[in-house]
Amino acid sequence: MIVAQALTKTFQDKKRGEILAVQDVSFTCQPGQIYGLLGANGAGKTTTLRMLATLFKPTRGTATVAGLSVTERPAEVRAQVGFLAASTALYARLTARETLAYFGRLNGLPPGEIAARTQRLADDLEMHEFLDRRVDKFSTGMKQKTSIARTLIHDPAVIIFDEPTLGLDVMAARTILRFVRDCRARGKTVIYSTHIMSEVEKLCDTIGIIHGGRLLAEGTLADLRARFGETDMEEIFIKAIGATGAA
Amino acid sequence: MNVHQIVTVYLKELRDALRDRRTLISMFVVPTLVIPLIILGFGLVTAKIVRKARAETPAVMVLGGKDSPQVQAALAAHPRFRVVPAREDFRTAISNKTLRAAVELPDDFDAALAESRATTVRLYTYDGEFKSGFATSELDRFFRDYRERTIQTRLAERGLPPALVKPFDITRQNVAPPEKVGGNLIGGIIPYLVILLCFTGAMYPAMDITAGEKERGTLETLLCSPVGRTEIVLGKFLVVLTSALSTVVFAGISALVTFPLGAWLFAPEVAPVRAAAAAAAARTPMPQIDPLGFLASLAMVVPIAVLFSAGLLALSLFAKSYKEAQSYVSPLIVVIILPALAAMLPGVELTFSLSLIPILNVSLVCKELVSGVFNWAHLVLIFGSSCVYAGIAILLAVRMFNRESVLFRT
Repeated sequence: MIVAQALTKTFQDKKRGEILAVQDVSFTCQPGQIYGLLGANGAGKTTTLRMLATLFKPTRGTATVAGLSVTERPAEVRAQVGFLAASTALYARLTARETLAYFGRLNGLPPGEIAARTQRLADDLEMHEFLDRRVDKFSTGMKQKTSIARTLIHDPAVIIFDEPTLGLDVMAARTILRFVRDCRARGKTVIYSTHIMSEVEKLCDTIGIIHGGRLLAEGTLADLRARFGETDMEEIFIKAIGATGAA
Repeated sequence: MNVHQIVTVYLKELRDALRDRRTLISMFVVPTLVIPLIILGFGLVTAKIVRKARAETPAVMVLGGKDSPQVQAALAAHPRFRVVPAREDFRTAISNKTLRAAVELPDDFDAALAESRATTVRLYTYDGEFKSGFATSELDRFFRDYRERTIQTRLAERGLPPALVKPFDITRQNVAPPEKVGGNLIGGIIPYLVILLCFTGAMYPAMDITAGEKERGTLETLLCSPVGRTEIVLGKFLVVLTSALSTVVFAGISALVTFPLGAWLFAPEVAPVRAAAAAAAARTPMPQIDPLGFLASLAMVVPIAVLFSAGLLALSLFAKSYKEAQSYVSPLIVVIILPALAAMLPGVELTFSLSLIPILNVSLVCKELVSGVFNWAHLVLIFGSSCVYAGIAILLAVRMFNRESVLFRT
């Protein structure tokens, strides 16, 4: 489970001074659920997720991931988290098998366990054909599958996706979306950030609309439709942002 | 600190580095080839020039002296140069290298000698030009011998002993062992090369596994894993250090193989030239260095390698991309070269204050070591201060890895 409480992050910029990237963001995501964080570019999605993955320290507020505080026990939190983003790339000069072994070892898995999990993931994701080839020779689809396997090698309780389909073609994006649903089916706690409206409609159990670093609206798709009187997600999003502007 | 994680990061980074062509070239190829190329290459070129110069009988010109047939005949009969007809434009001919040297004889040279009048011959040479110097030396030697013979004749005519004008002889005896001579001759260039190679050995992997990883997006992937940032930086640091030290070790092996090889290859040809340049070195066919001192100088480079590795890691991490890292790191080569080069200047010797200047101190002490001089107070001070600088650089690198603004600088 993920519980974010008033997460706030500010950055210092030489020219612009203090920048408030995320302000008092609070939400909860239960196991077996997909929480969608919907926002435009620069809305604060990546900063929020990086705080949950302990890559950033919150300036204020806190969060617990699988019952562990992100500020007090960051290494243990990372051991419970699988983080997949468009910005998390693979080592080009390693093979897929070496990549999985490396992240398995970093997560403290014994060699036998790494081999067994690699075998299982290669079966599930149909990776056997390219398992021993170097990543720099991979197609986009092969890279996606290897990234997914890398995210799952330590069987994390929580999986965080930060715009994972950014720049992917339809087929590669579908692989990702299928994988996200699989994670929910296996009882994982899933957070999914995107700016693509259709993805949240298809995937998410709960949707949080983030803009200007603040969480403006939250609820199931049905809740949001009822609240904003719109069926189309894009219209809901625009109204959610506009509502703040009016306020 | 989790040693298992440090080793895991180290082994992965090492494997990754060994698959990177740029790192391989800077780690193995450059150090293995650069020393043989410099030593054997210079040796070959020198040997070729010497052989050619010795094979050539230099053309010299005799100006004036038409009324001195004796010296003219002696000059024409000399086998080590060839007298060509006199011309007005002899200066241009020497400058154009069609003529190597010229000698101007005064009027009545033979008569002046016969009458015991003092007179002067003038040699024309092109300073700094090897073959001109060679021909001038031969002319100079000819006239010194000619003067000596004249003195002997005059003394004999008067029934005086030769010791009258030469009351004593001066001989010179070298007390420096061959490795000391060699150390002075080439002692400066060895630390210079080793320090430079050590830096280039650390440079490419340091940039690749920090700024390069940032650019490729793999650093964020690594930071998402449970491994601590201190463990990441130490694992990466050890790989950069491995590369820097491998470069030094390969350069060392290459040097140890090259010196005897060079000595064997160039012994007969180079020795006479060096004899002209430095009489002491003439007795050693190739400059000798103290092998133990050479190995000790490689050991002194270890803290420098740590300093370079950690410093380059911290600096490269600050960069957003590999290209930006290059723009930070490349000017540093000049900063490294200057103190290393300063140690090659003649007369620069180790003092207490110089022992505390990084790079320069190691360059100077290496120069002493390859000459077989072990000054333990200097060695301890330099090794100690270098270790302190290296420790500060590691702390800086760890600190940089713990700063979000550096890791996620975009």
